[in-house]
Amino acid sequence: MGRIQLKQVKKSFGEVTVIPPLDLEINDGEFVVFVGPSGCGKSTLLRLIAGLEDVSGGVIEIDGSDATSIPPAKRGLAMVFQSYALYPHMTVRKNIAFPLRMAKISTEEQEKRISNAAEVLNLTPYLDRRPGQLSGGQRQRVAIGRAIVREPAAFLFDEPLSNLDAALRVGMRLEISELHKRLKTTMIYVTHDQVEAMTMADKIVVLQAGVIEQVGSPLELYHTPRNLFVAGFIGSPKMNLIGGAEAEKHNAHTIGVRPEHIEVSDHEGPWRGTVGVSEHLGSDTFFHINGTGLADALTVRASGEVGLNRGDTIFLTPQADKIHRFDQQGLRIG
Amino acid sequence: MATQHSRSAARLMMAPAVILLLGWMLVPLTMTLFFSFKKYLPLRGDSLGNGLDWVGFENYVRFVSASSFWPSVMTTLLIVGGVLVITVVLGIFLAILLDQPMWGQGIVRILVIAPFFVMPTVSALVWKNLFMDPGNGFLAHVYRFFGATPVEWLSQASLQSIIMIVSWQWLPFATLILLTAIQSLDSEQLEAAEMDGAPIPSRFIYIVLPHLARAITIVILIQTIFLLSIFAEIFVTTGGAFGTRTLTYLIYQRVLESQNVGLGSAGGVYAIILANIVAIFLMRIVGKNLDA
Amino acid sequence: MARAVTTQRKTINTIIAWTIGLLIFFPILWIIILSFKAEGDAIKTPIAVLTSGWTLENYGVVQERSDYAKHFFNSVILALGSTILGLIIAVPAAWSMAFVPSKRTKDILLWMLSTKMLPAVGVLYPMYLIFIELGLLDTRIGLVVVLMLINLPIIVWMLYTYFREIPGEILEASRMDGASLREEILYVLTPMAIPGMASTVLLNVILAWNEAFWTLNLTAAKAAPLTAFIASYSSPEGLFYAKLSAASTMAIAPILIMGWFSQKQLVRGLTFGAVK
Repeated sequence: MGRIQLKQVKKSFGEVTVIPPLDLEINDGEFVVFVGPSGCGKSTLLRLIAGLEDVSGGVIEIDGSDATSIPPAKRGLAMVFQSYALYPHMTVRKNIAFPLRMAKISTEEQEKRISNAAEVLNLTPYLDRRPGQLSGGQRQRVAIGRAIVREPAAFLFDEPLSNLDAALRVGMRLEISELHKRLKTTMIYVTHDQVEAMTMADKIVVLQAGVIEQVGSPLELYHTPRNLFVAGFIGSPKMNLIGGAEAEKHNAHTIGVRPEHIEVSDHEGPWRGTVGVSEHLGSDTFFHINGTGLADALTVRASGEVGLNRGDTIFLTPQADKIHRFDQQGLRIG
Repeated sequence: MATQHSRSAARLMMAPAVILLLGWMLVPLTMTLFFSFKKYLPLRGDSLGNGLDWVGFENYVRFVSASSFWPSVMTTLLIVGGVLVITVVLGIFLAILLDQPMWGQGIVRILVIAPFFVMPTVSALVWKNLFMDPGNGFLAHVYRFFGATPVEWLSQASLQSIIMIVSWQWLPFATLILLTAIQSLDSEQLEAAEMDGAPIPSRFIYIVLPHLARAITIVILIQTIFLLSIFAEIFVTTGGAFGTRTLTYLIYQRVLESQNVGLGSAGGVYAIILANIVAIFLMRIVGKNLDA
Repeated sequence: MARAVTTQRKTINTIIAWTIGLLIFFPILWIIILSFKAEGDAIKTPIAVLTSGWTLENYGVVQERSDYAKHFFNSVILALGSTILGLIIAVPAAWSMAFVPSKRTKDILLWMLSTKMLPAVGVLYPMYLIFIELGLLDTRIGLVVVLMLINLPIIVWMLYTYFREIPGEILEASRMDGASLREEILYVLTPMAIPGMASTVLLNVILAWNEAFWTLNLTAAKAAPLTAFIASYSSPEGLFYAKLSAASTMAIAPILIMGWFSQKQLVRGLTFGAVK
């Protein structure tokens, strides 16, 4: 079981409030991602749940019982750290065994669980090596192994992929998702990378300055961002935000259109500009359009290869039903 | 990593060290300060039990106005200054030399560092007898070999001799620290300067020296603190005679040899103030490093 | 620099460096040589010294005449005792400062350092009185405590700089894994800090071994370590070069060897982590 509830949880360091009172509910078996720009308090929030920091107010409940003042060791949670935090003086086997040893679990049971975890994570050949002899991805797997064997109520991941190179990151992302499918244990995952959030989460919690901006499934956030911050943060490349007269036409203070929701043409369309930098990804092409008079630059996506060059005039048509409207306070209209 | 629990554990675990050092600092210091305002001559029957006469700042005035005071300050400055110049200049040279590619680098390093591990009484005594003795000392033999008259080092050139002995002890310290600092210099910086057409002397002045600046400052400050209180080297060689009486040694003589505790304590307070002036600069540097 | 150096330049470097190195080391070498010579030979010209016969007799005489072993034993007790005592007090303090830093940590560290800079002579008489009052004069226990106190700031500082290099996340991981504070220090921190602790011990043994103010002023016959024993050779009678050399060689040999092992850590310890 791994149901975690935060009730009016708050954190301040001296005078500085990092997290104003906040409520959040994480259901058993959910894969929840905390996402936000660096310094938004997402790691602090995770550490509060872990018990590595004291809350300044509020209650944390794990499976319905108050865990606010329970030390981290007794909360039944496992954590995978950004730096992996492997014990360098222990072999992989001993690293994975450490939490079991602390829990005074019998040697046979330890052996069984370790070989299980090692098999799942493809670590069997490396069990007698030290962390220093492993690659980044292998270390990551050892850290996960150490978390799995405890059979925790929930896993906490603190930016676990940020130290890996791009190719490995995609692979590990899949592995962690696979793991979640298999174990069906609650996972709380902190990242600043919205792609990780979108691809892995059942539920995304978008944070800014300690405040929850929106909670929802990846597609909810994509289709109905609650405010300008979420609109700009989720989606890649970023949503185009347009204010002024064009927005007023739609009875809004600001309107937003995602690059993929703008049609490109060389001869007709309501918006007109010149092509600036184009980024050819093969499958898609992103154009940065200048001189539209709507915003500094608009980004649009075109499928495949399009024969437009720098300086060419381009016409754009936003898809009417995909225009997001925001009011003066930046909140979504409709 | 800071929960209420760990914070209170931390405070508890820090207490013994803090309390011990606080006592070690405050108790004797307070006593010295107390004695410095008293007439306290144990040999003439003064004792804590009988009560001591308050003399105000008399000890402070007398200590400074005694004929031996200014010479001792001069001697202290000459020794500290002399040793600093020798060790820093030679230290930089040696550090650069040892950083060059050569055969047996490790062994040379060991040879150069060795004097630092020789206990002060041994090095003073050995220099005094085995090397500087005008009759049978090594240097006397060398002088005679070249037909010169051996120098009576510790009486005729006493100050220079002590500066030499102390420099020999501290040169390894300066070399070791400067070598460590030099080795942390990014060789790409030097290569970039070389590509920019800087000749070797310019590279030394504009790149190596500024890189070493902090290490040199640290060497100077730490050595100053230790050198201000050198004792054994003088105690064993000249016993403060022949113009080698430093401030430290003067205070020692006042307190233990002539048993004028009040006067010696006033001198001690001066020494403490002097050391603190140097210490403030050192702590600034060390403190800055803590933030990094 | 990662490039080829001409053999010629390397040769020149080698010659200069070895010459200077041997020159600096020469006094120590000379002590060792003289310690194996007969007294009559030891005062001869250097060439005559080198060509004379070798003997072990001095070591025997020194041992017999001045009870060298007792002083050596005192030195060992003082050096090890003060270091171990210091370590016991410093490890918890350094743990606290490295892993649970507060706003005052830096001030406390600097203050500790400042006690190291107090000129000993300034508090000589008070210490003398305190030692008489407590019956500690010329006792090993009294000196163990004093040497521990003068080196405690260095021990705390060295451990602090080593502990700080251990990522806090690893200790947090152990806490998440269910380790108590005691288990955390015992199974995770200590094994990781062993190299740092070893060099701390090494440096402090060296410093305590060579300390020559308090050991000279607070001991007489009973508790005198080697520093004071050697100083007693300062006004001897008759021929004594060879015996002085033998006594000196024995006094410096253990520390010289330890020192060579700890060169790298020495820098960090003596500069309070300001140069690494």
